[in-house]
Amino acid sequence: MAVVRLLATRVFWGIVCLWIISVLIFSATELLPGDLASVVFGQAKTPEAVEALRKELGLDRPPQERYLEWLAAAARFDFGRSLATQRPISQLIGKRLQRTLLLALTTACMAVPLALLVGMLCTLWRDSTFDRAVNTAAVVVISPPEFFTGYFLAFFFAVKLGWFPAVMLTTPSMSFAEVVHAIFLPCVTLLFACFGHMMRLTRAALISVLEDPYIETARLKGLSSRRILLVHALPNAIAPIANVIVINLAYLVVGVIVVETVFNYPGLGKLMVDSISSRDIPVIQACSLIFATTYIVLNLTADLISLLANPKLRHAVAA
Amino acid sequence: MRSLRNTSKQVRLLWRSMSGFTRISVSVLFLILLILLVGPSFSPYNYSAPIGDVWEGISWQHPLGTDVLGRDMLTRIMKGGRLTVALAFLATSLGFLLGTFFGFLSALVGRWVDVLLSRIVEIIMAFPSLILALIVLALLDVSKGILVVIIAVLDSTRVYRLSRSLAQDIVVMPYVETARLRGEKLGWLMRREVLPNVLPPMLAEFGLRFGFAILFLSALSFLGLGIQPPEADWGSMVKENALSLPVALVPAAAIALTTICVNIIVDWLLARAARVRSAAPEV
Repeated sequence: MAVVRLLATRVFWGIVCLWIISVLIFSATELLPGDLASVVFGQAKTPEAVEALRKELGLDRPPQERYLEWLAAAARFDFGRSLATQRPISQLIGKRLQRTLLLALTTACMAVPLALLVGMLCTLWRDSTFDRAVNTAAVVVISPPEFFTGYFLAFFFAVKLGWFPAVMLTTPSMSFAEVVHAIFLPCVTLLFACFGHMMRLTRAALISVLEDPYIETARLKGLSSRRILLVHALPNAIAPIANVIVINLAYLVVGVIVVETVFNYPGLGKLMVDSISSRDIPVIQACSLIFATTYIVLNLTADLISLLANPKLRHAVAA
Repeated sequence: MRSLRNTSKQVRLLWRSMSGFTRISVSVLFLILLILLVGPSFSPYNYSAPIGDVWEGISWQHPLGTDVLGRDMLTRIMKGGRLTVALAFLATSLGFLLGTFFGFLSALVGRWVDVLLSRIVEIIMAFPSLILALIVLALLDVSKGILVVIIAVLDSTRVYRLSRSLAQDIVVMPYVETARLRGEKLGWLMRREVLPNVLPPMLAEFGLRFGFAILFLSALSFLGLGIQPPEADWGSMVKENALSLPVALVPAAAIALTTICVNIIVDWLLARAARVRSAAPEV
C-alpha cells in the first residue's frame, strides 16, 4: 500500500513539473508581443499591422483562455504555424523528431551494452591496470565539449580518411546498414559523451553491492569471482544500473542539440537552434515542450524503476 | 616565516599524494592560467584586427595560424580564454554563494523553509538545463551578466542539494546545539559552525561545477547564444571557424584540455574526500 502511495506521489509531482513547464513555455510569447510583431514585419511595422497580427494570434483574448487552447492543441500535436515559414509546425517537426530519435536510440543501443560490459570487467578486475586505465580514459573522454569530439572525429574520419560522410543525409530508400553508416560519427560523438558516466556508475553500483555480507558468504563458500559477480551481485545492482541508463537516455535527448549542430543533422535540436536565431517563437515553444516532456518522463521512469526494484527504498518510506 | 615554511611543507605533502596524471593536470592547468593571465600583454597583435590572410597555416609569425577574418589565432585564444575562464569562475562562485547559503539555511532552519526550497530546486532540476537556458536567452537580449546569472542559478541547484545534505549531518552535532543555546545568529552558525566542516567535499564540487560552467558557457556560445561578436570566447571562436575544421579544432582543443585537467583534479579531490570520510569512523 505504501508503495502505491509513493508511486502515486512521484507521478503526481511529475505531472506538476510538466504543468509548470508548460506554463513557463507558454508565457514565453506573453513576454514579447512587440518582438513577435517585429520578427514578422521587420522594418515595415505599423501599429495597424501589429494589431491585426495580435488578433490573428488571438492575443486580444485573456491569457488563461489561450493557454488552455494551446495546451489542448499541443496534446494533439498541433502547435500552430511557424512565423518564419508559415507552415504548420507539426509538419516541420514530424520528420525531424524521427531523425533525432533514430540518432538517440542508435547511440543507446551501442552505449548501454558496452557500458555494462566494461563496467563489469572493471569490477571483476578491480584496481588492476585495466581498471585504472579505463577509469582515467573515461574522465578524459567525458570532459571535452561535444563539439570538440564531434569536429575531431569529423576531421580525421571524414575529411582525412574519408571513411564516413561528414554530412549526414538519410533517405527512406537506404538500408539499415547504410543509415547507420551515415549517422555513425554523430552517434560515436554522443557515445563518447555518455559512455563514461554509464560505465563509472555501473562500476560503482556493482562495487557497493559487492561490499554486502552475502557476497562475502558466497566468497567463503568458494565460488568463483565471475559467478559471484554475475549470479549474486548483478541481480541486486539492476535497479541502480537501470536508473543510470534511463538518466543517460534523458541526457541523450538533450545532448543531441549540440551534436546535431556540429554535423548539420536536420533533427529537432537543429530546428530549435535555427528557430532561436530567427526568433520563431512558436517553433521554439514546440521544440522545448517536446524536449522537456521527454526529459521529465524519462527521469520519472528512472525514479519509478528504482522505487519498484529496491526493497530498501520501499521499506524506508513505509516505516 | 614559520607559517610560510608550514605552507610550503603542506604543498609538498599534497603534491606527493597525487598520482602522476594528477600532477600533470595540475601543472598544465597552472600553465594555461598563467598564459591567459600574462600572455596577451606579450602578443604583438591586436586580437580584433585582421593582420593576414584568412585561415593562414602555422608559421613563426602566427604559431596557431589565423582565423576566419585573418586575425592572429594565438592572441585570440588567449583573449577568448580569459573571458571563458573568468565568466565560468564568476558564475561558479555566484552559484556556490547562492547554493551554499540556501542549502545551509534549509538544514539549519528546517521545517517549511526546507520543504519550500527543496521543492523549488526539484522543479528547476526537473527541467533540462540547456533547454531552460536556451528559452531564457531566446527571450532576453544576451549579455554577459545574464549568462553568468543563468549558469549560476542552474549550478546553485546542485550545490544546494550537496550543501544541504552535508550540513544536515553537521547541524545535529552537539557543538552546533551549544552555539545555538549560546544565542549565536544564523550567519555565525553558517560560517563558523557548518562551513569549516564541509569544506573538502565542497571543494571537489566547486571544481566539478567550474568544469561544467566552462562547458555550458562554451556550448551556449557555440550555438550562437552566448558571447556575441566582436567579443569572443572559446565557444564562439569554434562557431566562427566551423567551416575550416582544423582551425575550429584549436579553440575546441583549448576547452577540452582545460576541462580534462579540471576533471582529473576533481577526481583526485573526490577520492581524497571519500578517503577522509571512510577513514573517520575507525578513528
